[in-house]
Amino acid sequence: MKQFIIFVKKEFAHVLRDRKTLLILFGMPVMQILIFGFALTNEVKNSKIVVLDYAKDEVSAQIISKIEASRYFEIERSLPDAKETRRSFQQGTIKMAIVFPAGLSGDMIHQKKAQVQVITDASDPNTANMLTNYLSAIIQDYQMEQNKTMAVPYRIVPETRMLYNPQLKGAHNFVPGVMALVLMLVCVMMTAISIVKEKETGTMEILLVSPFKPMLVILSKAVPYLLLSLINVASILLLSVFVLDLPVNGSVLLLFAESTLFIITCLSLGIFISVKTNSQQVAMLISLMGMLLPTILFSGFMFPIENMPYPLQVISNIVPAKWYYIIVKDIMIKGLGFSAIWKETLILGGITLFFLAVSLKSFKIRLS
Amino acid sequence: MRTIKFLLQKEFRQIFRNKAILAMIIVVPVMQLLILPLAANYEVKNINLAVIDNDHSSYSRNLISKVTASGYFKLTGYNGSFKEAFKLIELDKADLILEIPAGFEKDLVREDQQKLFVAVNAINGVKANLGGAYLNSIVRDYNQEIRVQLTAASATAFSSGLEVISSNWFNPYMNYHLFMVPGILAILVTMVGGFLSALNIVKEKEVGTIEQINVTPIRKHHFILGKLIPFWVLGNVVFTLGLLVAWIVYGIVPAGSLFVLYGFIAVYLLAVLGFGLLVSTFCDTQQQAMFIMFFFMMIFILMGGLFTSVDSMPEWARILSKLNPVSYLIDVMRMVILKGSGFGDVLPHLLIIAGFAVVLNGWAVFNYKKTS
Repeated sequence: MKQFIIFVKKEFAHVLRDRKTLLILFGMPVMQILIFGFALTNEVKNSKIVVLDYAKDEVSAQIISKIEASRYFEIERSLPDAKETRRSFQQGTIKMAIVFPAGLSGDMIHQKKAQVQVITDASDPNTANMLTNYLSAIIQDYQMEQNKTMAVPYRIVPETRMLYNPQLKGAHNFVPGVMALVLMLVCVMMTAISIVKEKETGTMEILLVSPFKPMLVILSKAVPYLLLSLINVASILLLSVFVLDLPVNGSVLLLFAESTLFIITCLSLGIFISVKTNSQQVAMLISLMGMLLPTILFSGFMFPIENMPYPLQVISNIVPAKWYYIIVKDIMIKGLGFSAIWKETLILGGITLFFLAVSLKSFKIRLS
Repeated sequence: MRTIKFLLQKEFRQIFRNKAILAMIIVVPVMQLLILPLAANYEVKNINLAVIDNDHSSYSRNLISKVTASGYFKLTGYNGSFKEAFKLIELDKADLILEIPAGFEKDLVREDQQKLFVAVNAINGVKANLGGAYLNSIVRDYNQEIRVQLTAASATAFSSGLEVISSNWFNPYMNYHLFMVPGILAILVTMVGGFLSALNIVKEKEVGTIEQINVTPIRKHHFILGKLIPFWVLGNVVFTLGLLVAWIVYGIVPAGSLFVLYGFIAVYLLAVLGFGLLVSTFCDTQQQAMFIMFFFMMIFILMGGLFTSVDSMPEWARILSKLNPVSYLIDVMRMVILKGSGFGDVLPHLLIIAGFAVVLNGWAVFNYKKTS
């Protein structure tokens, strides 16, 4: 035990001595939570559109002013003809074109049927879909207003309540996600690199010939990173609450306990990578290039997992960040207790044990 | 010129000697391009719905069957009380609750108006928004049906009939792969170029071989060029592989010209490599270089417009994204591949990226000191 403490001290000295890395280590999560917490949003707004108004009557004018008032759309002033619309799409300057055909109000009155044509840039299907939805809603609103004089019988009025996030803020979704992402990558990378570095520079040999148990050499490397990461968790939480206005509805203690578990999971994954590789570059390529995009996609905060093809849903289960993301969301935003997340906790624990066991088994005392 | 040739020989030999890294550079991007676009699907379907039917009338049953028949919703709970249904939301088994009040049918006929209660799990704003919108439009249709049925009037009697007809250009089937594949390819090319170049000079520093180069008559810009060109070639190889995967697996053939695409990538890679080199001149260890690259890569990727639209971000973030080279590449890739934009359309992007390339590389050359 005394030996272990001495080794941990050595590792701390290593970490604290490298000021540049330390600065990045603490500064990075803070910066990222701030940037992403404010900037990321799934909402589609300020989309630039053009209006081709061939009707030039009261109806089109009223609808256009309604569109102007909404924060979803920004009408580009120029009114090009149909040919120029295509060019604007290709230059990427507009997302949608709305065409009011000539004789709009006449058709509405006499034939009780008129059409507004919408052309969307469906190279981004999601935005195209949302914009069409927004526009339909605006036009529906307009019709409702017009119909006020004409009583419509038998009305069913849906009353919609937005649970947990009434203002539909992006941060509720993205902060837990980015938290999982940052913690995961930082922990995995740091342990993997710092162990492989000792191999690469040859100092590992010196550690291995010491009377200390080899596996403990590795474990002692993980301890400082565990503490550093916990400090990061604390600063992320403080920022989320005081700057981003996110609630912590559940128990803070539970959140920290689960975070500790998740950090340990990531550290064990880092140890696993370090056991399997011999150069820093390979370790880095695996932990960054190999893991960055999959972690973003499979943790479920960007794209709903239930929409993925079944095999990918299965794959997503081995991404620890997915479980942590669920846990953070449940505790922080939904305010649930341990009874709701015991399954996720068990899975994280299982993944940790698996990586530790495999690393232990394939850990070689002889380097070559 | 001869100096550069020898330097290139050295760099290429080093790259080809390390089989593990070479394999990663080639295999990882291809694998990710094969799998990730399948996972990145925003199409909102299978919204889990919990229903509380307090009315048990033929109207409420009809409404429920209309909702479930729409294809957007999956009925996962049929509960007796709001509390039970809310439990399902807590467990993520339901995204949306539809509560039909008691006396729904009777009151609708008698009082002319009736309410429905909808509660949405709004943590994920998109799903909440779209789910709510779908449900509303189904209810509206159903409402119209009832009205026609009850008043025995014609369907047009109650609408002023302003219809929205949408046509979706460039991607009429709203295929999400078309949107994601070019974007993901852009990210992968950036990562390969950026990470490799950032690590390279630092590694020479860490191992000490840079001293040997410093004592030779190799000029600074020779050295930087010697580092740049091999990775530039590799970046192009990865990009070509990516285009092949997009074509063979996803059937995506660029609508625009390949020349425009390759021309842009050629300049873009210079900018990204320059950025990597610049980072590596600032750092002493590979660990530091990697962390800095990681920091920037995450910002580049998440703010680059791959997943969430740049237009929707707050003002300062939009200004910040003007400094993000990745956002230009993603834009251009989508423009050329999906919309068939020509050289003239991407020229503004190209000029900006060229500016990046000049500044970053110039800075890297300036910052690389042969004496310490």
